[in-house]
Amino acid sequence: MYIQAAAGISPQPSFERLLTAPAVYTGNRLSCVEPDYNQLIDPKMIRRMSRIIKMGVAAAMDCLKTASVDMPGAIVTGTAYGCLADTETFLGKMIENDEELLTPTAFIQSTHNTVGAQIALLLKCHNYNNTFVHRGASFESALLDAITLLGEQQVSTVLVGGIDELTATGYTLLSRFGLYKQDVTDSTSLYNRHTRGTIAGEGAAFFLLADQPAGNDYAQLNGISAFYKPGSLAEIEKHIRDLLSAHAVDIDDIDMVITGDNGNIKEDRVYEQLRSSVFRNTPNARFKHLCGEYPTAASFALWLAANMIKEQLVPSCVRAAPADVKPRRILIYNHYQYTYHALYLLSVC
Amino acid sequence: MRSPVFIAGAGIISAIGNDIAGNLAALESEAAGMGEMQFLRSVHRHKLPVAEVKMNNAALAERAGMSADIGRAALLSAVAAKEALRNAAIDNLSTWRTGFISANTIGGMDKTEDFFKDFLHHPHQGRLRNLVHHECGAVTELVADQLGIKNYISTISTACSSSANAIFFAARLIRQGMLDIVVAGGTDALTRFTLNGFNTLMIVDQQFCQPFDENRRGLNLGEGAGYIVLVSEKVARTLLHQPVCTLSGYCNANDAYHQTASSPDGTGSYLAMKGALEQSGLRPGDIDYINLHGTGTNNNDIAEGTAIKMLFEGYYPPMSSTKSFTGHTLGASGGIEAVFAMLSIQHGLIYPNLRLETPMKELPFMPEKQFRKGVPVRHVLSNSFGFGGNCSSLIFSKI
Repeated sequence: MYIQAAAGISPQPSFERLLTAPAVYTGNRLSCVEPDYNQLIDPKMIRRMSRIIKMGVAAAMDCLKTASVDMPGAIVTGTAYGCLADTETFLGKMIENDEELLTPTAFIQSTHNTVGAQIALLLKCHNYNNTFVHRGASFESALLDAITLLGEQQVSTVLVGGIDELTATGYTLLSRFGLYKQDVTDSTSLYNRHTRGTIAGEGAAFFLLADQPAGNDYAQLNGISAFYKPGSLAEIEKHIRDLLSAHAVDIDDIDMVITGDNGNIKEDRVYEQLRSSVFRNTPNARFKHLCGEYPTAASFALWLAANMIKEQLVPSCVRAAPADVKPRRILIYNHYQYTYHALYLLSVC
Repeated sequence: MRSPVFIAGAGIISAIGNDIAGNLAALESEAAGMGEMQFLRSVHRHKLPVAEVKMNNAALAERAGMSADIGRAALLSAVAAKEALRNAAIDNLSTWRTGFISANTIGGMDKTEDFFKDFLHHPHQGRLRNLVHHECGAVTELVADQLGIKNYISTISTACSSSANAIFFAARLIRQGMLDIVVAGGTDALTRFTLNGFNTLMIVDQQFCQPFDENRRGLNLGEGAGYIVLVSEKVARTLLHQPVCTLSGYCNANDAYHQTASSPDGTGSYLAMKGALEQSGLRPGDIDYINLHGTGTNNNDIAEGTAIKMLFEGYYPPMSSTKSFTGHTLGASGGIEAVFAMLSIQHGLIYPNLRLETPMKELPFMPEKQFRKGVPVRHVLSNSFGFGGNCSSLIFSKI
């Protein structure tokens, strides 16, 4: 499996900027740096699109442009929350107006498959189109769909993406659930607080996966593993070993492990434990101080890893400890609220 | 790698019955499930008929073995999924790698609606426990935990084609040897959100819907859940009951025409049906029954009908829209109609398209008007087309 191209819209302006001057946030909420959409989407279409649709479609178009592919063999998206802003708009008006005098636009755009559908519409792409909405495993589900589609050898490329937006209402509600830190001063100190809670994030990341190399691919995606509610640390370690051995890779062959630490002392414990067991000798990188926590945040990590392998560079802002690494193999381990866990194994082409 | 995928069992709850037996009885007696809303609270109560499941949340919760505080979609899902597992009667389920892939479009929106009213009043108001299962994935997670399925769980949401895609994906995971058994299908409960949404599009019929009728006026929304149990060949050999059918064809295509409307010539529908036929190695003449998407909207029925005309010219198999019984159950419809497809093959049934008066003048064929049984049904094509141009067709074949 080859990652022909990767493109993301995130709280970080670009991979290049991560190397020189990553964006640093104060407070507990990170928002995407949105590009000039006119460069990526037909301006006539942009007007009608809500923010998450613009972010998703723009990242998808950017990805296809980078890969120089006009028509993907399939389009698969993953989103936990779907189009939140449109959902809130329609729901709010419906309640305020007591179910009268409503207009359809927000309802139409509130369906979870809107981003995938709009990409198809823009490309006039009649091919396979699917959307997964499974909480912290939405992106991994989409990837599994893409990988197994390629495995059937009926398509040679799949455009796959993870998208979630954070609206003001979403932020208010998730804050009421106690998800976010109240004591964070700036995003670079996320891992030093040792308290409960994390910082809120959002993003859209798209990948063009192909079963054959194109010659200028970002990286190889050797395999993924997603698992639900593991019973113990030993079970997680077994999943890690199983993925590595399935691809005949030893842990010592991994140049860097990217872990999903989010600053929540409770949720980071497992990463700490692994750093003193399986990952003991492996250089470590972290990413959620750059994008915040959200259910499809692993798609940001995959974007980051694909770029690191392509450029053979590790931005100093992601390193947990100074290490001079030219990454040939990267393992990502992320979990969402300790319920949905995912591993990604990548290597240089 | 490409071993067949068998259907070992099914479970269903809809407006016409709370289990397989209830649904079969209603189909045979041609009893539609629409009526004035009893459980959904909406200002449209006396204006818009809906096809509600005839149980309140407390009764559903009791049958599901779950709390009555959780959303209705999860309760419906648990009832139907449990029946599906009982119906498949798989020994030692826990020794196989089992998955639960369920679709829905609204998640826990029924509870969110209650929450949001208080929240709009003040951001600190509203009970969080009404919001905690809002996400579509939460519905699946609740039911998977209830079923004790852990190896793989996922949720698909592609509007009205959602659960057909769940079945499609489940079959692929079995074919590629990743799972042995998958309970796949979908669920959706009626909510004010969807009722008002469809109503703003002016495609909700104020009378009982008349799919594929020249004078059709729109759809009736329904609710329910439908699941089939897909198993590998290896599992099939161990079953007490011989599986009824295989999933022999499947295709997902996109209309790429408009966010909510189908293209006039039904490009997406055509591609989905054609692709499913190719996948199964069947010709149009091999299909014994088509379970139409047949929502009853002007736009869907002409697009779907035109696509069938193109593909089946010269041989039009019996066909009908069972949405004339169940209403349009959105994320559940592909699952519910997959169950109907299996039952059609199992019992040799052709279901009627209720309330068909005047056939559409653009089409050279018309759907079935009478319930028929004892018909040899070998291959059934089931269509599910949705918003976002998402079109999926499945073919079930007798063993």
